[in-house]
Amino acid sequence: MARPASSMRSQISALGNWVDKRLPVSSFWRDHLSEYYAPKNFNFWYFFGSLALLVLVNQIVTGIFLTMQYKPSAAEAFASVEFIMRDVPMGWLIRYLHSTGASAFFIVIYLHMFRALLYGSYRTPRELIWIFGMLIYVVLMAEAFMGYVLPWGQMSYWGAQVIISLFGAIPDLWIISGDSLVEWIRGDYSVSDATLNRFFALHVIALPLALLLLVMLHLTALHQVGSNNPDGIEIKQNKDSDGKPVDGIPFHPYYTVKDIFGVGMFMLLFAFMVFYAPDGGGILLEHDNFVPADPLVTPEHIKPVWYFTPFFAILKAVPDKLGGVVVMGLAIVVLFLLPWLDRSPVKSIRYKGWLSKISLTIFAISFIRLGMLGIGEGTPAELRESQVWTALYFLFFITMPFFSRMEKTKPVPERVTSSH
Amino acid sequence: MSENGVNKGRRRLLTATTAVVGAAGAGLAALPFIQSWQPSAKAKVVGAPVEFNLQPLEPGQIIRGLWRGKTIGILRRTTEMLDTLPGLDSKLRDPDSAAEEQQPVYAQNQNRSIKPEYLVLVMNCTHLGCVPELVPEVGAQPFDAEWQGGFYCPCHKSKFDLAGRVYDGVPAQLNLQVPPYQFLDDRTIVVGIDPQSPA
Repeated sequence: MARPASSMRSQISALGNWVDKRLPVSSFWRDHLSEYYAPKNFNFWYFFGSLALLVLVNQIVTGIFLTMQYKPSAAEAFASVEFIMRDVPMGWLIRYLHSTGASAFFIVIYLHMFRALLYGSYRTPRELIWIFGMLIYVVLMAEAFMGYVLPWGQMSYWGAQVIISLFGAIPDLWIISGDSLVEWIRGDYSVSDATLNRFFALHVIALPLALLLLVMLHLTALHQVGSNNPDGIEIKQNKDSDGKPVDGIPFHPYYTVKDIFGVGMFMLLFAFMVFYAPDGGGILLEHDNFVPADPLVTPEHIKPVWYFTPFFAILKAVPDKLGGVVVMGLAIVVLFLLPWLDRSPVKSIRYKGWLSKISLTIFAISFIRLGMLGIGEGTPAELRESQVWTALYFLFFITMPFFSRMEKTKPVPERVTSSH
Repeated sequence: MSENGVNKGRRRLLTATTAVVGAAGAGLAALPFIQSWQPSAKAKVVGAPVEFNLQPLEPGQIIRGLWRGKTIGILRRTTEMLDTLPGLDSKLRDPDSAAEEQQPVYAQNQNRSIKPEYLVLVMNCTHLGCVPELVPEVGAQPFDAEWQGGFYCPCHKSKFDLAGRVYDGVPAQLNLQVPPYQFLDDRTIVVGIDPQSPA
């Protein structure tokens, strides 16, 4: 005879209590979901945090399954990737989910970062969230670079050759010289089996662990201070008698439902790319990488994958090896400083003056345009244009402390606005 | 947030349908990953049928080879060997080869073979996979006082007769498996493929 439903339920709740005394399950659920109050005015731009998490899960799961078939040796790597593509049941799908996922990761992260620029999400008290986010971005770039080396195609090999050689620009310091550093990274006199094998270890173990740790820190810091919002208002400064922010709504179910919608839309686009354009016309997976690595033949036109090209354009824009590397490094370092460069009395672009709006627009255009120029073949005209956009890229940061303080801002409302 | 005017039934329905659709999606998304563990096209090629040449096989001799990583034994039985088979039925667990998975239908007979002379077996013991030895001599053995010749597994003492049929009261519960095979000609066997139906 079936038990009455009520007795079933009480047994389940008894089990729940037993676990709860030993593991903070329900308090974690309350603190981070059901009673974590997020501003009620999140818009389109707030989809990309949860989407980044989704893509991270995709990369980890597909990555684990690729590792089961991939062989990290110079002799076997290329063939093992082709083996995955042709012989492993559904291997092509898992591989394309991973390779397209890498590009999706950067699209999502770039939009996520642009959201922070729009609404001043890096400002006090969220400096650490921004720093952790930037560290995630840097680790992600290393992760993506090393991942691209693994198929051991022509672009893997020569891309690795070029990127590692950048370290050779470092001038001699005490016992370290640029050349000895390059040799140490490669573990050989050229990019070789040793390089591939260590990149594999870093790509599948070291960097993913670092990423997970940083994501945890990023989210812990976020939940400590609470989310910013399109109005840049601190909702915690306006609480009701129960101590809940009047402009806040519980993350679950309100934003879990919103994010599920975002996930659905994202997966639709993502699946379209995976099934119909997995190589993105040679942009996501370059055609040269379908040719096995050959140290004797350099492809005509070496370029990094699209997500690195803005920085590659900056590198090429500087007509000096060390100078180019330094300026390219600064282009990333300067992003870390954003919380202290922005001196505006308001956070959100909605209440900033026209100088901020124009500057941010020019900055966004410079980043996109540099990305396009980085894919190009480096004609003199392209180089000159890259120099202009590189200057504008840095001008955004250099002038920010001044225009952000001097410009006339609009008054920030007391409460968040639900439509704008 | 106020709960006034909330249609709880509608909310429950939406939650349940979302959960069901989500679970179905997650289940379907898991399929490619599960499938990727199946033998690859390469493994299937390596696992293709294997030819055995019977030319050098004298009566009473056995040859061994590999098919899909399993030991295949082909025993050329003498008339004396075949004559022992009917008398053993009472000592065997499955004398009539009733367990269908243990042999193809064309080997579901007294001799468990297409041609009585040639016995083709997957030699791995049906208990835990060791390879039993052929002990053809008739007469008392340390493991059986009334031994009529057959296969003896050194790992856990399972006994099989000269048709690979398992004795009663030993750890193995099933007869040794007969793989699918066909005769290409009188002197060649292909293991791994059923006989072609007459065209």
